[in-house]
Amino acid sequence: MRERLALSRPTRGACGFTGTWREFRPVVDQEKCNQCGICQIHCPDAVIDEELNIDLDFCKGCGVCANVCPKKAIAMVREEK
Amino acid sequence: MSSISEIPKEEYLKPCTAACAGCSSSLCLRYVLKAAGPDTVLVIPACCTSVIQGMYPNTSFNVPVYNIAFAAAAACASGMSKAFRSEGKQTNVIVYAGDGGTVDIGIQSLSGAFERGTDFLYICYDNEAYGNTGMQRSGATPLGALTTTTPVGKSEFKKDLDLIVAAHNPPYMATASSAYPLDLYRKVKKALSIRGPKFIHIMAPCPPGWRYDSEKTIEIGKLAVKTGMWVLWEREYGTLSVSGPSKTAMKKPQPIDEYIGAQGRFKTATPAIVAELQQAVERNIDRIRKEEEGIC
Repeated sequence: MRERLALSRPTRGACGFTGTWREFRPVVDQEKCNQCGICQIHCPDAVIDEELNIDLDFCKGCGVCANVCPKKAIAMVREEK
Repeated sequence: MSSISEIPKEEYLKPCTAACAGCSSSLCLRYVLKAAGPDTVLVIPACCTSVIQGMYPNTSFNVPVYNIAFAAAAACASGMSKAFRSEGKQTNVIVYAGDGGTVDIGIQSLSGAFERGTDFLYICYDNEAYGNTGMQRSGATPLGALTTTTPVGKSEFKKDLDLIVAAHNPPYMATASSAYPLDLYRKVKKALSIRGPKFIHIMAPCPPGWRYDSEKTIEIGKLAVKTGMWVLWEREYGTLSVSGPSKTAMKKPQPIDEYIGAQGRFKTATPAIVAELQQAVERNIDRIRKEEEGIC
């Protein structure tokens, strides 16, 4: 491939660590969580993995996971900067 | 209805796009790419998705993307699809365009590509305004919605894009919503299994533009379906069938006040405008029901 060609390549963190945008952090209450995975399905940025761990480097703190959780097991806690 | 287990685990968006927190467009794109798989090229006209990819020389999209001018997306996809097919490749060509690039600026190339019978999938994710440039009114903005160029609410109805596309008699067209990602996945999968021009219209609620809190993205999308503001259906070779979530909603739709009240963009809408919107919703549901029953 010629170097002159203006090609962008897939990179992790291409838009920076978007976790720094976060105002509220999702905190999972493991006792209430029944591992249904609905949060994982609806996460707009796919930062929740198969084991339902939230990648806080990239989580933007939108709160969709907390809102869709049928068990109300996710709480949004204000980030202390 | 698809079950969760049949959805592939691969993600084609690397963490993380620059989309706003709670953006439904990146959620839709996740499922579109899961359904399409790695042998896919995205054609993206100017829209939010051309901005959220990241900055050169990095991108968060793990599939080839061709960024193109507003008016040319479907024309570009036409040529691309022809080139792939003449090489004997079955690569999926998907246009992923916003409502401005579809309903207003891109409609001539969209119409042209459908008339030529190009083998591609056109996806319009509809946030009902020009979100990327700061929420200006588009042809898809509904009556009464406040945008930066309609500060007291839009005084015209939303353009019925689906009827325009339906007039081209495509083999497959559907509507979907970001609030029902499994339904969206199934529709994209089905569309890509059919040869010829396909069209999917996705409702994509936009937290900053529609003025609601980011966590309500799914809730607002579901409300739109439950109130009948957005009806999920698919039309395969001219036969319309209403999709699961809308079937129950169409029997007894909720009043639209709940949907209107949840968003800041309708704060200037008077009761008369809300009543007019409600009538339009009822007319639309009625039309779809009749078409499904084969009456018209």
